[in-house]
Amino acid sequence: MPAVSKGDGMRGLAVFISDIRNCKSKEAEIKRINKELANIRSKFKGDKALDGYSKKKYVCKLLFIFLLGHDIDFGHMEAVNLLSSNKYTEKQIGYLFISVLVNSNSELIRLINNAIKNDLSSRNPTFMCLALHCIANVGSREMAEAFASEIPRILVAGDTMDSVKQSAALCLLRLYKTSPDLVLMGEWTSRVVHLLNDQHMGVVTAAISLITCLSQKNPDEFKTCVSLAVSRLSRIVSSASTDLQDYTYYFVPAPWLSCKLLRLLQCYPPPEDGAVKGRLVECLETILNKAQEPPKSKKVQHSNAKNAILFEAISLIIHYDSEPNLLVRACNQLGQFLQHRETNLRYLALESMCTLASSEFSHEAVKTHIETVINALKTERDVSVRQRAADLLYAMCDRSNAKQIVAEMLSYLETADYSIREEMVLKVAILAEKYAVDYSWYVDTILNLIRIAGDYVSEEVWYRVIQIVINRDDVQGYAAKTVFEALQAPACHENMVKVGGYILGEFGNLIAGDPRSSPLVQFNLLHSKFHLCSVPTRALLLSAYIKFINLFPETKATIQEVLRCDSQIRNSDVELQQRAVEYLKLSSIASTDVLATVLEEMPPFPERESSILAKLKKKKGPGAVSVTELEDSKREGGELNGGGDRGPDTSAMSASNASTPSPSADLLGIRSSAPAGTAPASAGNLLVDVFSEAGPAAPSAAVNDDGFLRFVCKNNGVLFENQLLQIGIKSEYRQNLGRMYLFYGNKTSVQFASFTTSVSCPGELQSQLNVQTKQVEPLVEGGAQIQQVLNIECLTDFSDAPLLNIKFRYGGALQNLTLKLPVTINKFFQPTEMSSHDFFQRWKQLSQPQQEAQKIFKANHSMDTEVLKAKLLGLGTALLDNVDPNPENYVCAGVIQTKGQQVGCLLRLEPNAQAQMYRLTLRCSKDSVSRRLCELLAEQF
Amino acid sequence: MMRFLLLFSRQGKLRLQKWFTPIPEREKKKIIREMTTMVLARQPRSCNFLHWKDLKIIYKRYASLYFCLAIENHENELLALEVIHRYVELLDKYFGNVCELDIIFNFEKAYFILDEFLLGGEIQETSKQIVNRCIESSDMLQEDDSSEWYEVELFG
Repeated sequence: MPAVSKGDGMRGLAVFISDIRNCKSKEAEIKRINKELANIRSKFKGDKALDGYSKKKYVCKLLFIFLLGHDIDFGHMEAVNLLSSNKYTEKQIGYLFISVLVNSNSELIRLINNAIKNDLSSRNPTFMCLALHCIANVGSREMAEAFASEIPRILVAGDTMDSVKQSAALCLLRLYKTSPDLVLMGEWTSRVVHLLNDQHMGVVTAAISLITCLSQKNPDEFKTCVSLAVSRLSRIVSSASTDLQDYTYYFVPAPWLSCKLLRLLQCYPPPEDGAVKGRLVECLETILNKAQEPPKSKKVQHSNAKNAILFEAISLIIHYDSEPNLLVRACNQLGQFLQHRETNLRYLALESMCTLASSEFSHEAVKTHIETVINALKTERDVSVRQRAADLLYAMCDRSNAKQIVAEMLSYLETADYSIREEMVLKVAILAEKYAVDYSWYVDTILNLIRIAGDYVSEEVWYRVIQIVINRDDVQGYAAKTVFEALQAPACHENMVKVGGYILGEFGNLIAGDPRSSPLVQFNLLHSKFHLCSVPTRALLLSAYIKFINLFPETKATIQEVLRCDSQIRNSDVELQQRAVEYLKLSSIASTDVLATVLEEMPPFPERESSILAKLKKKKGPGAVSVTELEDSKREGGELNGGGDRGPDTSAMSASNASTPSPSADLLGIRSSAPAGTAPASAGNLLVDVFSEAGPAAPSAAVNDDGFLRFVCKNNGVLFENQLLQIGIKSEYRQNLGRMYLFYGNKTSVQFASFTTSVSCPGELQSQLNVQTKQVEPLVEGGAQIQQVLNIECLTDFSDAPLLNIKFRYGGALQNLTLKLPVTINKFFQPTEMSSHDFFQRWKQLSQPQQEAQKIFKANHSMDTEVLKAKLLGLGTALLDNVDPNPENYVCAGVIQTKGQQVGCLLRLEPNAQAQMYRLTLRCSKDSVSRRLCELLAEQF
Repeated sequence: MMRFLLLFSRQGKLRLQKWFTPIPEREKKKIIREMTTMVLARQPRSCNFLHWKDLKIIYKRYASLYFCLAIENHENELLALEVIHRYVELLDKYFGNVCELDIIFNFEKAYFILDEFLLGGEIQETSKQIVNRCIESSDMLQEDDSSEWYEVELFG
């Protein structure tokens, strides 16, 4: 036997492991395993009852086979039998098997829970610990149900052994994390906090993990822990390295506990009590001072433990963000680490400085290290360190150093690892836009980006440069000249052709005066790239050509010839063929005036100014703009985005729409065929995704209520969609209760990490509506969809909508999104049928002025009878026929069910088809309901 | 908290796997594959930390074995490195100059020691003496047991 086994070796097991190791091939291994499995199976099935030792040995063999990666479908019962053995060693193996091969068979679970219950009440501390370890290792809901009330009792009981307390604390933590609803706060909670004072360091170390987690969830209930933690920390920090005996680790007193204490304090704001705060600041200063002292040992363990505390202290200083003195000292300390010979420390210093960069107190101090960081970007051997350096450059960038940083990042891009190129490209694009003072620099930067890393320039980036050029006439001539020059390169990236085609199509005239870039030269240059390009780029180029015909009549004949040739007009691609045919026709039949109108230069959109850029300028930090704000801007500037997507034809479209509301618009058919609805959204989104990643805290997203109003009269559909995420809704309501299913679909091929959602009822809604849900899984695989169920109870009538906040990481970037959930008061309608007589009688009863709400408004949608009926039924009321003397009018009745009361509602909608107007009148037994329903409905017709 | 701890050899053979949160078997295998390829591909003298999905991976090589610990994003990397080291020390103390073979042949002991040190993905006891006393005393219990068993066999 090659290895000595201690305790009682199981000889058979060692032989078996030896055999497996000696197998020459995978096949031989499988054969040996199958033989063993057959043997064990026959032993378990045999008539002769197995003794404990054999059972233990076989169970252990099964465990070994399972850990090798093979499936095990039996032996659970034997393992469960071992649990009730009186012999520690058998029990121990039984528990190990159960913990590793968790089984969902309910009968087994019942038996396991019974065994655990027996051990927990055995008063034998070793047995108790084994049982607690098992609960913590499995941590299933069933176990939480069985033991969540028992464990707090064990934890705080006066006679519990220290080792049991430690296990109980962490076991409880595990259960709290899996089933927080089953772990009820109670009298034990205050006693748990006082475990911070326990004299056994091990107990404190275990308990503090539990306390930290509980404090995060219930900060108020646990806030007494702050002063206890400070005094404990202070005692450790000021102790000599030998005071804590075995809790001193390589001359560092209690590093794990110190870090945990500092982490616990990060759940709270700075202590209000001056004395406590003073003591804490003293601790932090001591920790910073110790970093300057000569090391007590040369061992890396010593410096790691010491620096672990230092980094944790710095995290706390950054979290408080209120002590300029400490922040600057922290920054200087990290600055020293930037040049440390330990790669780990350089890495951590870069990472930690990223968060320091966003504090106003230390931003300037961080900036002084720019040269070191640039040097790290250039010289670090380890790509993960270089990536941290790039992150830090991005975080420390501001107007004063933007040109330098962007230049460095661009030059790094030329050799950057493939894995981080796309992210780098986005970062450069964002910085260039954000800190552009003169836009020629911006244009140069983006064109350089395309030149250096064209494959990694996503559509968003080149859409954006076009949007900016269109909106800034001071840069248009320069842009035209620059793209013209860039296109001269024999091999240029297709993205460059796209940008070039678009810009020359719009602004080629600005450089046409120079004979070196005369219209025909421009055209020939573009057309020389045509055949190498993909279909979408060719489509864009065709649009550029038709724009050329308008800009330069002298190119008309040449271009018509190109359009007329078979490879265009008979192209097998429908889109290209259609464009060629339509543009050819347009150029030959339309008069110059019409052509000039249709193909007019893209109008600068004033809204654009107010969208991305303006919003960016408004916010100070880098983590500023949210997806939803962009969505808004998309709606405002839809045409422009569309233009970015499809080349100049959208402008042609909008113009022709305006001038001739005729079939010509449909003929072009681009609006309906183009994915313009979704693509423009993406134009902003990805850029913004990266904006939001920069700051340490996710920006609070503006509320998107676009989808909201579409759901007033319907219960199912897509609530939200952008390039990354689709959110679908199904909901059903009965009486005052509702259930909503939310479907989150990951549209990308990349996993979403840390996916969390939360539903909140702002303000008074909290007391009006009760919404409950379970947390979703934190990972959403690419292409996958996950579901979340909300249970909704209407307590009383309400006007606001609950908010759904979604956060997740996509490729490292934090996404944050807030949507209004379409839970509206009308969802709780019960339809009421009534006769004409009853209706008018009630109508008269509800005659107080505040009970009525009325609105006259213009029709926004079709006034078709069937559509209107469908909407009114979707509203949840009964649509009453033959009530209103005027058959054109609609009359509805219903009762809104809330927990507290019922609210009767009558509705009358009078359409005026000629004026395209409606008059909507509501009378309800509660005036707030009349008003709210009136508001909601006025947007529906 | 810590999410999982893997021990594997330079050849990528898994020697120990500890999962602190429930993960489906199929997913575990995927993670193990990803971790071994990722960590084994690292150049010597690189830093010991990696970002992976929303976790941090802390790894360190001891002789022929790689220890690879996944921690949540806000956790302290340096301390995680010392968690690994302390576990190595505990194994060392128990086995006496621990080597890969000790862990292969006594995998159950490696799990028992780990359970005394870490529980539910958090530190339970950092004192080397206390953890070792725990394990030693259970070994004593074991020896008592086995002597009993020999008697049974002898006379039965």
